[in-house]
Amino acid sequence: MARPTSSAARRGDHKARAAAPALVPVLGGEPVPAALDKLIHDRVRLGIISALAVNDRLSFTDLRDLLALTDGNLSVHARKLEEGGYVTCQKGFDGRVPKTEYRLTAAGKRALERYLGHMEALIEATRAR
Amino acid sequence: MPRTDTRPAAALADHAADQLAFIRDTMVRAGRFTAVSGAGMFGTGIIGTGAALLTPHIASPAQQLTLWLAAAAAAIAVSMTAVARKARRSGQSLRAGPARTFALAFAPALAAGALLTAALVFNGAWSLLPGMWLVCYGAAVVSGGAFSVRAVPVLGTVLVGLGAVTLFLPAAAHVWMLGIGFGGAHLLFGVFIARYHGG
Repeated sequence: MARPTSSAARRGDHKARAAAPALVPVLGGEPVPAALDKLIHDRVRLGIISALAVNDRLSFTDLRDLLALTDGNLSVHARKLEEGGYVTCQKGFDGRVPKTEYRLTAAGKRALERYLGHMEALIEATRAR
Repeated sequence: MPRTDTRPAAALADHAADQLAFIRDTMVRAGRFTAVSGAGMFGTGIIGTGAALLTPHIASPAQQLTLWLAAAAAAIAVSMTAVARKARRSGQSLRAGPARTFALAFAPALAAGALLTAALVFNGAWSLLPGMWLVCYGAAVVSGGAFSVRAVPVLGTVLVGLGAVTLFLPAAAHVWMLGIGFGGAHLLFGVFIARYHGG
């Protein structure tokens, strides 16, 4: 799949990637997950999205400690989610200390819901066989 | 192009179950109420210590009860203020999510303690109050602490233990146990939480 341009990504234009999390039966009867949202399928990014789903916002430090990540690792993955329009990043100061906070966007919430539905459908389809 | 996965169905289902378990686990850990304030707990410890030091100078059980109820009200006010400040600093809402879960878990044992206080006073069983307070408050802290940092349920367990012992001690020792539970234990855990859990 073509990676969206950063400008398109900033507009939250990830419909092509995330719009079809259906379970598609294919030859041989094997269920195959189609169009997985690769942006949140990654464990680190899935962790960031999941943590933000139960908090109004989380600081960089809180996320880093919660997910046991290095600063660099969190930065890279958070930026990808930000470029995808799934999280927003706000930089500021708490007194004199720089503070970076992340929030889940509506698009990010919908993506997580789709992903959950996708995983559940996959399990259900296997059980039904 | 959509990515396809040709792994056997069982393996895909296992992977999906792993992903769901990971999401659930992350949400549970991220949903902990971390705005429990060490400073507020330290303040409660100072109030508890002060009340314990004043109690021997008051002869009437009714006046001692009034002193401890006033101490409880002051400790609640100090704790709530400190928690609200910490929550605001860390961006946690006190009306939803982890804070709400914490409060709902904390309240029943506290309400039971209030009811038992009234019943024991009504029946003149003054000497059971200190042990019962420690047990009920400790149970509330254990319940609420299940949704917070680990130090909180540990404090609750210590308080329940102190209360259980207090119930079987002579009345002369009760004020010491109240001082240890509502004073010393809160001072110690307050310092620990402030030091290791962000204030």
